[in-house]
Amino acid sequence: MELNELTISEAADGLRKKKFSSKDLVDASMTTIGGMDGDIKAFVYVDENGAYESAKRVDKMLAEGKDLPVLAGIPAGIKDIINTKGVKTTCCSPILKDFIPPYDATVIERLKDNHMVMIGKTNLDEFACGSSTESSCFGVTHNPYDLTRVAGGSSGGSAAAVASNMCMYSLGTDTGGSIRLPASFCGVYGMKVTYGRVSRSGVTAMASSWDTVGNFGRTVKDIAIVLSAIAGKDRRDLTMPDVEVPDYLGFLGKDVKGMKIGLPKEYFGKGVDKEVEDAVKLAVKKLEDAGAKVVEVSLPSTKYAVAVYYITMPAELSANLERFDGIRYGKKPPKDAEELVDYYFQARGDGFGDEIKRRIMIGTYVLSAGYFDAYYKKALKVRTVIIEDFNKAFGEVDVLVAPVFPSTAFKIGEFTDDPLALYMADALTIPASAAGLPSLACPCGKSKAGLPIGLQIIAPQFEEGRCLRVADYLATLQ
Amino acid sequence: MLTETQVRHIAKLARIRLTDEEVKKFSKQLSGVLDYMDILNEVDTKNIAETSQVTGLKNVMEEDVILPAQSGREELLKCSELSVDGNQIRVKRIVK
Repeated sequence: MELNELTISEAADGLRKKKFSSKDLVDASMTTIGGMDGDIKAFVYVDENGAYESAKRVDKMLAEGKDLPVLAGIPAGIKDIINTKGVKTTCCSPILKDFIPPYDATVIERLKDNHMVMIGKTNLDEFACGSSTESSCFGVTHNPYDLTRVAGGSSGGSAAAVASNMCMYSLGTDTGGSIRLPASFCGVYGMKVTYGRVSRSGVTAMASSWDTVGNFGRTVKDIAIVLSAIAGKDRRDLTMPDVEVPDYLGFLGKDVKGMKIGLPKEYFGKGVDKEVEDAVKLAVKKLEDAGAKVVEVSLPSTKYAVAVYYITMPAELSANLERFDGIRYGKKPPKDAEELVDYYFQARGDGFGDEIKRRIMIGTYVLSAGYFDAYYKKALKVRTVIIEDFNKAFGEVDVLVAPVFPSTAFKIGEFTDDPLALYMADALTIPASAAGLPSLACPCGKSKAGLPIGLQIIAPQFEEGRCLRVADYLATLQ
Repeated sequence: MLTETQVRHIAKLARIRLTDEEVKKFSKQLSGVLDYMDILNEVDTKNIAETSQVTGLKNVMEEDVILPAQSGREELLKCSELSVDGNQIRVKRIVK
């Protein structure tokens, strides 16, 4: 096995047994990136110097016999919407193309405390707005399983980087499906946490009542290790409830006997590819054979989630993106303006791509006088109805299992002229986000064409451990 | 449903300059998106409360302790591409 194919714990073990150094791990990442990333385009910036410097520090400490955390010296990829002090953070938007943040996001501080080795920054849809990374100003990330297809989005670079062994884990963000969808398309695990489980401080805000920061990995254990490092209260993000972080590794290696698994009927059937439905149901059957109790449940408001999302998210986004005016940070427009207001029009007109303009305008419209009640307030109420569906379902079952996406990865360019069709891509991931629930995307087989299929395990708020327990056991059955 | 005049008005509110082609394109695309939102009218929301925060937190209190700054004045000013005058960023004229 090549070094870059190891899991985090295997690599950590090898480092401690002096079988290889952190520098060797970085070498393996760099070689893989050099060989493949010209085609895949998972990274928008490779921090070669920074990675080797961090590796050198870890190797020195290991040589001195220091007791280091398991993530020490392990190569990571970071979504380019997460601030990294001194390292360009662009949100893949023209307006931030040369922005170098003066501070680290809390999740980066925490990973640095764990002596991470950051390989580089990964590609995303501009400001995380999209389901395919096609709206990135650096160009699309290609699916490692089929270069003519998308890797999913918005965290497409983070998923493709882990899937193609360019790094051992990565961070992403999930607002309406941006971790789960690319994880599913690229055949890796992707953890969308409970709203407020992981600090959002230093992560560029998209839709503040939906945004979460989570992680990608090739095994459930790798997911649990990284989640343990990043989860937990942060004074700089006051939307985090004071809920203790459990020992996530303690949920692994357990069976599922007696667990109640719900299959939401609205997530199957019409519109869902038979291959996807069969793969998800086969996985559920295996869990049932292993002693889990499987029941069908109903989440009747599922079909309203996309509309709720595409009203409230652009509303929040339009307010959050007001700060990008080309003054305190961001690109100065090439043409000089006479007055400040013209400067704003130019900086924002030149600095934002089409999808951002569309969403800012939808948000501005639904918040404007005369439309506020009809769109925005109505959406906030239907959000409550969606949450009540989940509350009712979790009165009967421990977790829900469903497909992540109705098909496998779609072709690059398939939805270019039809934004609404692309918005529908999030139909099966938005509902859990609406309720702030954790959901773990897990690989569950491949289509006849060889493309990965993913399922998601959804749990009540702050019950990430249940997702990990079911996913870990399922992995032993596959 | 969203006329070109409305698109121009919204873009003005949002301080985004649009070309004529963009106005045409967005008018069509945004109309399609907004028409789709009508699906919400199927849901009876009488007596349903609004959700704007999903974990139920409100009025979060913290000890009044000053945290160390994450970055200094100089570093913050360096983020701007505009010219800096003392501790301020020089911007275009606001009023005539």
